Amino acid sequence: MKTLYAKLWDAHVVEDLGDGQALLYIDRHLVHEVTSPQAFEGLARAGRSVRRPARTLAVADHNIPTRDRALGAAGIDDATSRLQVTTLEENVARFGVPYIPLADPRQGIVHIVGPEQGFTLPGATLVCGDSHTSTHGAFGALAFGIGTSEVEHVLATQTLAQRRARTFRVEVAGALPRGVGAKDVALRLIGGIGMAGGTGHALEFTGEAVRAMGMEARMTLCNMAIEAGARTGLVAPDETTFAFLEGRPLAPRGARWDASVARWRTLRTDPGARYDREHVLDVSGLEPQVTWGTNPEDVAGICACAPDPAAFPEPKAQAVARALEYMGIRPGQPLAELAVDVVFIGSCTNGRLADLREAATVLRGRRAAPGVRVLVVPGSGLVKAQAEAEGLDRVFREAGCEWREPGCSMCLGMNEDRLAPGQRCASTSNRNFEGRQGRLGRTHLVSPGMAAAAAVAGRLADVRDHL
Amino acid sequence: MEAFTRHTGTAAPLVRENIDTDFIIPKQFLTTILRTGLGRHLFFDQRYRADGSEDPDFVLNRPGFREASILLAGPNFGCGSSREHAPWALLDFGIRVVIAPSFADIFRTNSFKNGLLPAVAPPEVIEALQAAGGPVTVDLEALELRAGGGTWPFTCEPWGRAALLEGLDEIEATLRRLPAIEAYEAGREAAGWMA
Ligand code: SF4
Repeated sequence: MKTLYAKLWDAHVVEDLGDGQALLYIDRHLVHEVTSPQAFEGLARAGRSVRRPARTLAVADHNIPTRDRALGAAGIDDATSRLQVTTLEENVARFGVPYIPLADPRQGIVHIVGPEQGFTLPGATLVCGDSHTSTHGAFGALAFGIGTSEVEHVLATQTLAQRRARTFRVEVAGALPRGVGAKDVALRLIGGIGMAGGTGHALEFTGEAVRAMGMEARMTLCNMAIEAGARTGLVAPDETTFAFLEGRPLAPRGARWDASVARWRTLRTDPGARYDREHVLDVSGLEPQVTWGTNPEDVAGICACAPDPAAFPEPKAQAVARALEYMGIRPGQPLAELAVDVVFIGSCTNGRLADLREAATVLRGRRAAPGVRVLVVPGSGLVKAQAEAEGLDRVFREAGCEWREPGCSMCLGMNEDRLAPGQRCASTSNRNFEGRQGRLGRTHLVSPGMAAAAAVAGRLADVRDHL
Repeated sequence: MEAFTRHTGTAAPLVRENIDTDFIIPKQFLTTILRTGLGRHLFFDQRYRADGSEDPDFVLNRPGFREASILLAGPNFGCGSSREHAPWALLDFGIRVVIAPSFADIFRTNSFKNGLLPAVAPPEVIEALQAAGGPVTVDLEALELRAGGGTWPFTCEPWGRAALLEGLDEIEATLRRLPAIEAYEAGREAAGWMA
């Protein structure tokens, strides 16, 4: 009797290293421009090569402009940023790593590109020098974020020394109410168990609501596992997973597809297998969620008021007071009162087609409130093309939104898409840390529907009133 | 990697919970292709004011702490992104040890790989170290913290401790296991599944 996590782990152990560590085989490695230059430099210095280039896929996403792509790297104004992207291009050429260029229609955020290309597969181990690699666990892959030293280690050896995680089952019980989705579930979970609640654990999402979710919603859920401290989120693969992957460019075909699906069907936790921890989240009465503070556990329903620091024990009271001060919110202030300056729809959390459709449902035939800047940044070139084929770009443009080229954009503001000091933003991204979207910027994490509702209302608003 | 056995230095208190990697090194400094030179950007948004001048209230700008090589912090230190620029910035500034009640997983791993010691000690010990004043000695062999005549234990991942004590080149060590890796690949291929 094994959990899904144990099955994935056991299948990839090359050697037990003692001290609770094992050398794991890595099937898939996604590489981007920000966390790889020092790793390639390390390889070059030691005279090493990339051991399995075919198991590696590189794409630039974090540090690129979203206005115009025609010029490729040459179109990046900032010299340091341009150097980082051209360094990636030199490294992939030198080490023979498959690369999706900036101007390629498949370019996009690593965590959106991997699944789209069928690079992400059930039963595989997948790593990337980015903490939101947990996203790929939605396919039943053992996926986790790593640092640059580990990137170098995987490039050189196709393995990683890892400590086995403890297992944590999160049962999402009940059916999701209208206007409430995977982002709300993730935020509520983090609010419940805390932003370090999953540290050292692999979360496995089970339950009726998860089975009913499409792959895009499952990716949103697993994406946010890291915001609860868990490097890995998992959903057991099922027919929804197989239907998503069939025919993708890098997915197996023909007899190999059938054999793979047969094997993937065994990737589920056996009945009676034990988890180290379990948590049940009943979502049947869940409200749309919005963060009020400076980390993802500071979250409440949209109908709620900001907390009063006095209601908390120390040192939490001080942290709450500090967060409210940074956010420019009075204790007890109704959240739906807060006027927004910017709305950001995009990121690896909510930059997929289903997310854009959800936002467009709210924005169709409406206009963003005067003075509110709305950025819609598709997660990949393919998402962008599909959205345009459906006419979503027109919906957004007619509503007064900016329709951009794919990339991480204002999720972390490494490029010029940033908040100005004091600006308040309803954002579909994943981190509301101080300064995350720009120095002194104020981020409220929400679902795509909630972001669109905020755009229309000019303040944080309940998406259910705009459906 | 340079081996780490024992370190003595000034301990600067930055005892807040959930100090995230954006806080340690904001994104505008991640455009670099180097590991070095990040120390001057460490804790940038706190250390400097909007006009670029130092904020005299920030601990690392206070007399006595400018040369600190140990950081005392709150729980869940290093949460957030996987950027290894966080330990690189700490090390480049001169920090060799962070003492906190808990660390985020990726940050802890990144620290070990670069010779920065993430030492785990409960809040009481961190308070005691602060109260002791003067230099703190961190002894990785004995797993002890010593300051002002007092001694307290700390904990550390066994594998990380071994790697630090040895100054291990991990890639070199793994490449010595190449036969096992090749055998694993052959076995998987034979079983018909090389995902
Ligand atoms: S979209 Fe945001 S969270 Fe996702 S990979 Fe890019 S920067 Fe990281």
